[in-house]
Amino acid sequence: MKRQTTIKNGSSAAAILASGIGLAVTGLVTVTAENIPAWLNALAWSKPVGALEGKTTLGLIGWVVSWVILGVLWKDKEVKLRPVLLVTIILFVVGLLTTFPPFFDLFSKHD
Amino acid sequence: MQFTSREWWTAIHGMALGFGFILFFTAALALVLTLESRLLTPQGLRRNVILLKISGTVIAVFSWLAVFIGSYIVYPWYRAAPPAGSTDLMSFPRSRLLANAAVSGWHNFGMEWKEHLGWLVPIIATAALFIIWRYGEHLAEHKGMRWTLFVMLCVAFVLAGIVGVLGAIITKEAAVV
Repeated sequence: MKRQTTIKNGSSAAAILASGIGLAVTGLVTVTAENIPAWLNALAWSKPVGALEGKTTLGLIGWVVSWVILGVLWKDKEVKLRPVLLVTIILFVVGLLTTFPPFFDLFSKHD
Repeated sequence: MQFTSREWWTAIHGMALGFGFILFFTAALALVLTLESRLLTPQGLRRNVILLKISGTVIAVFSWLAVFIGSYIVYPWYRAAPPAGSTDLMSFPRSRLLANAAVSGWHNFGMEWKEHLGWLVPIIATAALFIIWRYGEHLAEHKGMRWTLFVMLCVAFVLAGIVGVLGAIITKEAAVV
């Protein structure tokens, strides 16, 4: 007998949106760090890697935390995928723009 | 011809994991594009999904390994500062690039972009992997989710491609040795 299963899209929508949040958080931390020297120094958690460690770790925390929260909220639920995709695209663009050196160098200049 | 340990790590980071990513991405893309019930027998669908799960897992794992090895093993060698007064910058690629105005852009633009962009790839690849494992054979019936997966894989690939090209150029200009 063929097994019939309905897959609710909530968990996958949570993964998609959380990836956008992860990108945007990484980008926003980057662009602010490149403009606020004290913040940049605060993100240099280890000397060999420098501020890259803090910037990317905060981005990963934003991604994982948002995925957990959205995953719980949307578990076994059917959500409208189109608005989720639209917001994710916007967050992707934010993340890509704010990690692009000519963009974050518009405001300040650091090595 | 001998590789130093630094060159080995750089080769693992860029060539083994980078080319591996591209190889398995191509497989994943072909599998996603043919993942339609009308194109496949039930056995064919099952086999395609198994292969898609394998290639998706490899893509995600390789991208995580690449960023961790790149950021925590290779990058510290790249950005290490030379001792005060040192004129031999051979072992200090970042300083070597910045010392020459003709190539300093490969640090100020190239490495600055690459080091951030690279971390975005595994995030997208992991989300794509989750969809693959969550839906499995049901992807064949969900056109919208299949196309979402296709786009996510393509975005991850484009970003990885930019990172890879920048890495190759930076290595050509100032290799980690």
